[in-house]
Amino acid sequence: MRLELIIAGFGGQGVLFTGNLIAQASMLADYHVTYLPVYGPEMRGGTCNCTVIISDNPIASPLVLNPSFLIILNLPSFLKFIPRLKNKGRAIINSDLVKPEEIDNIEALQKKYKLYFVPVNSLAESLGKQMLANICALGAFYKVSKIFSRQNFEEALKYMLGESKAHLIEPNLKAFELGSKYIEEHYQVR
Amino acid sequence: MKKDKKILAKGVEAIVFGALEAECKCYFGYPITPQNDIPELMSRELPKRGGVFLQAESELAAINMVLGACATGARAMTSSSSPGISLMCESFSYLAALELPAVVVNVMRGGPGLGGIETSQGDYFQATKGSGHGDFRFLVLAPSNAQEAYELTAKAFELAEKYRNPVMILSDAILGQMKEPLVLKKLKIKKYPPETWALTGAKGRNSRFFRSLFLDAEELRQHNLKLMKKYQTMQKEIRYEAKVEEDTEVLVVAFGSMARLANEAIEDLRNKGYQVGYFRPITLYPFPYKTLKEIVTKAKKPLKILVPEQNCGQMFEDVKLAVEGKAEVISLPYPPSVVPFPEDLKKEIKKCLNPSKSRKV
Repeated sequence: MRLELIIAGFGGQGVLFTGNLIAQASMLADYHVTYLPVYGPEMRGGTCNCTVIISDNPIASPLVLNPSFLIILNLPSFLKFIPRLKNKGRAIINSDLVKPEEIDNIEALQKKYKLYFVPVNSLAESLGKQMLANICALGAFYKVSKIFSRQNFEEALKYMLGESKAHLIEPNLKAFELGSKYIEEHYQVR
Repeated sequence: MKKDKKILAKGVEAIVFGALEAECKCYFGYPITPQNDIPELMSRELPKRGGVFLQAESELAAINMVLGACATGARAMTSSSSPGISLMCESFSYLAALELPAVVVNVMRGGPGLGGIETSQGDYFQATKGSGHGDFRFLVLAPSNAQEAYELTAKAFELAEKYRNPVMILSDAILGQMKEPLVLKKLKIKKYPPETWALTGAKGRNSRFFRSLFLDAEELRQHNLKLMKKYQTMQKEIRYEAKVEEDTEVLVVAFGSMARLANEAIEDLRNKGYQVGYFRPITLYPFPYKTLKEIVTKAKKPLKILVPEQNCGQMFEDVKLAVEGKAEVISLPYPPSVVPFPEDLKKEIKKCLNPSKSRKV
């Protein structure tokens, strides 16, 4: 197994936190992992991405030109990274900001790739916490990729949040469930 | 047996854990991107262990605090990134002159001047050949993953004491900021007692002092010869990683983060039957000249050597020196801030292969 994931969105959407969390959970599931944040003078509102590689074997390059998986949280990221996705690659796309009906060549793209449109902003808003959209996307990723267990995720989350933010564990788990459930209800995942 | 703790760590955090494993007692530094996680973590961890963390008012102050601490026999270190390292260069020369076992970490970023905060390997020359005035050398270690950064940093303290010479860990922004699993192994780091030379108070013994000024010409000559002999004995510390056979046609020589990209490209081409090899110097000084020359002389076919670097061709010159004209050496310069993908390197490597005969049948 080898999965190359790029997560991209606006700065402030939790792109780096999501990547970190996925890397942490995958390490707990006994995979080799690398996590490389985009590196530059980034700021809130600017674009942001990170690369996570998960593999059975040791990973040499932390950089990847053509990823096999994308988590796309906004339109600029969609336009930038979809052309780089491997043939038959999979992508979880924030359908609140990237509307399938507004993409001209959507049918061609859907033939080439497996796209999962998930309204992560709306899902997070249903919990009253817009900032959890990234975790909703992570829940969808969990369901589609099947790399780590729910328990791995929970353990990684607790580790990353630490004691000072322990009160955020519950809402994060709820967001994770919502994303995961959305995939279950709207897509057939083998 | 208790299992060693495994964490997901940045390269710069691995450096801190390595220093703590070696029981480093003092950290002095001044902030600069992309190595700020080192002072951050040190400020949290050192005081807990009875050590000293101090943010200095400048890089110059920081390195001279390191000099002072080392003179008393304490394990001390500093870290910075390219422009900050330049500010410390004067004192590097003094550390070498006084034979003090300091550990210095450079997490390289783009230059020259203030450059930028993108990753770079532009300080290869500075680290290996010109980190200050006068005739001296750093022992330079170049890790290429978090585990190695941990282990080499710990080892750096031992080597610094063994040779009584400053040791540099040469890392870069990619290695520093990337996270990967790190096993916090218990390491055996030897200590060389500083009692014979350190300034510890002269009660009950003759007084000692350190100096780097030798106005007597013969005395200065002897001091330089002594240092030269020391650098010659350091040759036995040479480390490298090699994947090369006698029928290798193209050899890629790279260090640090670039070596990871090269390794990926080479592995892929080898799996497809191409006769390509990989060589990674881990000690940049002393440089594995002899090993590289042996590879070239043992090669059954004329060997082409590619040297990709995140600079405009620095280690390239050492590779050329090593092979003594017996192989073609080609520089692949990637100055900041463009980092090549393994695919880009594969294209360059394929250009060097003999198209009809390169594949194994």
